[in-house]
Amino acid sequence: MSTLLEPQSRTDVETETPPAKLVGLLAEYENVDAIFAAAEAVRNAGFTRWDCHSPFPVHGLDKAMGVRPTRLPWIVLCGGLFGLVGGLVLQWWCNAYDYPIITAGKPLWSLPANIPIIFECTVLCSAITAVFGMLALNRLPMLYNPLFKSDRFRRVTNDRFFVVIDASDTKFDESWTTELLKANGAVAVECVVD
Amino acid sequence: MTAIAAQYLVDNTSDDPRERPPLVLGGLDFNGVSDEVCKVSERKTTLAWKVCFALSVSTLGVLGLCILYLVTTGVGVWGNNQPVGWGFPIVNFVFWIGIGHAGTLISAILFLFRQKWRTGINRFAEAMTIFAVICAGMFPGIHVGRPWLAYWLFPIPNQMGTWPQFRSALLWDVFAVGTYFTVSLLFWYTGLIPDIATLRDRATGRIKQIVYGFLALGWNGSNRHWHRFERAYLLLAALATPLVLSVHSVVSFDFATSQVPGWHTTIFPPYFVAGAIYGGFAMVLVLAVPARELFGLKDLITLRHIDNMCKILLATGMIVSYAYMSEFFIAWYSTNHFEKFTFYNRAFGPYWWGWCIMTFCNAVAPQLMWSKKMRHNMWAVMAVAICANIGMWFERFEIIVTSLTRDFLPTSWHWFKPTTIDILMLIGSFGLFFTLFLLFCRFLPVVAIAEVKGVMPQAHRHGHGHGNGQDGAETAVTR
Repeated sequence: MSTLLEPQSRTDVETETPPAKLVGLLAEYENVDAIFAAAEAVRNAGFTRWDCHSPFPVHGLDKAMGVRPTRLPWIVLCGGLFGLVGGLVLQWWCNAYDYPIITAGKPLWSLPANIPIIFECTVLCSAITAVFGMLALNRLPMLYNPLFKSDRFRRVTNDRFFVVIDASDTKFDESWTTELLKANGAVAVECVVD
Repeated sequence: MTAIAAQYLVDNTSDDPRERPPLVLGGLDFNGVSDEVCKVSERKTTLAWKVCFALSVSTLGVLGLCILYLVTTGVGVWGNNQPVGWGFPIVNFVFWIGIGHAGTLISAILFLFRQKWRTGINRFAEAMTIFAVICAGMFPGIHVGRPWLAYWLFPIPNQMGTWPQFRSALLWDVFAVGTYFTVSLLFWYTGLIPDIATLRDRATGRIKQIVYGFLALGWNGSNRHWHRFERAYLLLAALATPLVLSVHSVVSFDFATSQVPGWHTTIFPPYFVAGAIYGGFAMVLVLAVPARELFGLKDLITLRHIDNMCKILLATGMIVSYAYMSEFFIAWYSTNHFEKFTFYNRAFGPYWWGWCIMTFCNAVAPQLMWSKKMRHNMWAVMAVAICANIGMWFERFEIIVTSLTRDFLPTSWHWFKPTTIDILMLIGSFGLFFTLFLLFCRFLPVVAIAEVKGVMPQAHRHGHGHGNGQDGAETAVTR
C-alpha cells in the first residue's frame, strides 16, 4: 500500500519567492524489521548523506547503516584529563603556592588529602564534556529543521520509523530514490522541502 | 487480548529463569506507552494534584519564613549549642543527600548492570535525586550562619587574597555535592531530551509547543544522534557510578576524619553508602506506589518493579544492620574506653529512644520484605518504606547528636534539644521537595518513554537472536 505523497505546501510555496527547495525524501516504515531492511538497502545503494529516525535507539541499526563509532569517548577523555590536571593545579596554586596554609603539621603539598577533589573535578569535567560534546557533535540545539514541516514526521517520537535521504547526496535522484524506498517496505514516501 | 485482561492474566513477578518476564503489561504498543506516560502531563490538572500542591507550597512557605527569621536573627534560633554545633541542619543535610543516592543507583549502576526493569522507574528516581540534593544543599548553605558569605566555600578570588583550605573534608563535601548535583542534572536532562520531544510532537497548544520545542533542542530521533546519545549516556552512567559512591563516602569523611568517638571509624564510607541507598530506595517506593495508583502507570511501573525495589530495600537494610552490629563489636573489641562508652550511651543513654526507633525501622521493619505476600501488599510496602525513611533520619540524628553531646570530658557534655524552628525547617524541607516533585509530575514525562520502548520485545529485530521470548505472538516480517 505504498503511496507517494506530494505535500500541498510544496506547490503552495513554489508560487512565492524564494521557491521551495527539495532537501530530501522522507520514507515512513511501520516497524523495526522494516527499517532494518530499508537501512541495509539504502546503504548498499551507496548513499552517504542519509539517516534513519526512530522513537528509541534501535540496536544494531548503526551496523546496518554503516555508521562508524563516534569519537565522543576520546573527547570525554580529554575533558576528564583537563579536570584531573585542573583540580591538581587549583589545589596546588591555592594552598601550596599563592596562599600557603600549614594544616595539621603536614607538608604544604601532600597529595593524598587532595585526591578527593581531583576525583570530583575529573568526574565533573568529563560529564560536562560528555553532554555538551554529544550535543555539539549532533549539531543540537537545532531550532529549525525542514523535517518538522511534515505532519507525518511527528510520529518519529512516538511509534514510526523513517529514512531520510538528503537531496545533496551525489547518488540522489528523486524518482529513482523514491522507487528504491518504496521497494523496501516504505508505507509512504514524501518530499521534504524548505 | 484486551488491555484489561492482559493486565490481570500476565503475572510478571514469576522468577522462573526459563522465561523473561515482560516489563510492560497491558498489551501496550509503542503508541500506548507514549499515551500512558504523556496523559499524566497532558490531561487537565486533577483535584488531587491541586490539593497536594497547595499543601506542599504552604509547607514550602513555612520553610521560607523560617529561613527569613534565621537570616535576620542568627543561628541562635536553632537548638545548636556547644558542643552540638551541627544539630538538625546537618542531620537534615545527610538525610536528604542520602535520599538522592537511590536515584543515581537506579539510573547509573542498574544501567551498567543491564537491569532493564530500571526504565520504568529511573526518570522520577532521577528527579527525586535532584530535588533531594537541592534540599540537602540548602542546609549547609544556611548553617554557615552568614549565608551571604557562603561563596567563601568556593575557590573564588576575593578581596582578602585567601583561598579555601582544600585538605578539609568539609571542602571535599562542597566539591562532591556540587559535582553530584551538576552531574545528576545533566544525566536527567540528557535522558529527558527525547521524551520532551515526544511531548513537543504531541502538543496541541502553541505555548506547549514552543516551551517543549525549546527544551527538546530540536531532537529528531536521528540514528546518528541516538548513536552519540547512547554513548554519552553510557559514559555518564560510568562516571556517575563512582561519583555516587564517592559522595556519601565524602559526607562520611566529615565525621570519620575527626577524632570524636563514634565518628572516627573506617566503616563509615561503606556504611553511609549502604544507608543512603536504603533510605533512597525507601523514598523511591514512597513516591512510586502512590504515583502508579494516581497516574495510572501500573502497566509501566509493574508489580515486579515494586517487588525488585523491596528486595533491594531488604538487602541494603541488612547491610545497614550489619554495620550497626559491627560498630558495637568493634567498640567492644577496640577496648577503647571512649568508643565503648559512646556506643553504650547511644543505646542506653538519654537518646535511647532515638536508637530504638533507628534499630526498629532499619533492622527489624525491612525483614517483612522476605515475604512475597508482603512485597505485593502496597500498604505493607508503604509502611516499611516510610519506616525506613524515619529510621534513616534517626540514624543521622543518633550519629551526630549522641557523639557530640557526650565526648571525652564530662565537663563539656551538654544536652541537645531541637527548637520549634528546627522542626519546622525539617518539615519545610519536605515542602520544598514535594513542591518540586509535583511540578515535575505535572509538566514532564514521569517515565522514560524512549527507554521503556527500547526494552519492549517489538524494539528488537526478529530472527537475529535479539528477541526475549515474549514476542511469540508477533510474526517476523519476511524480508
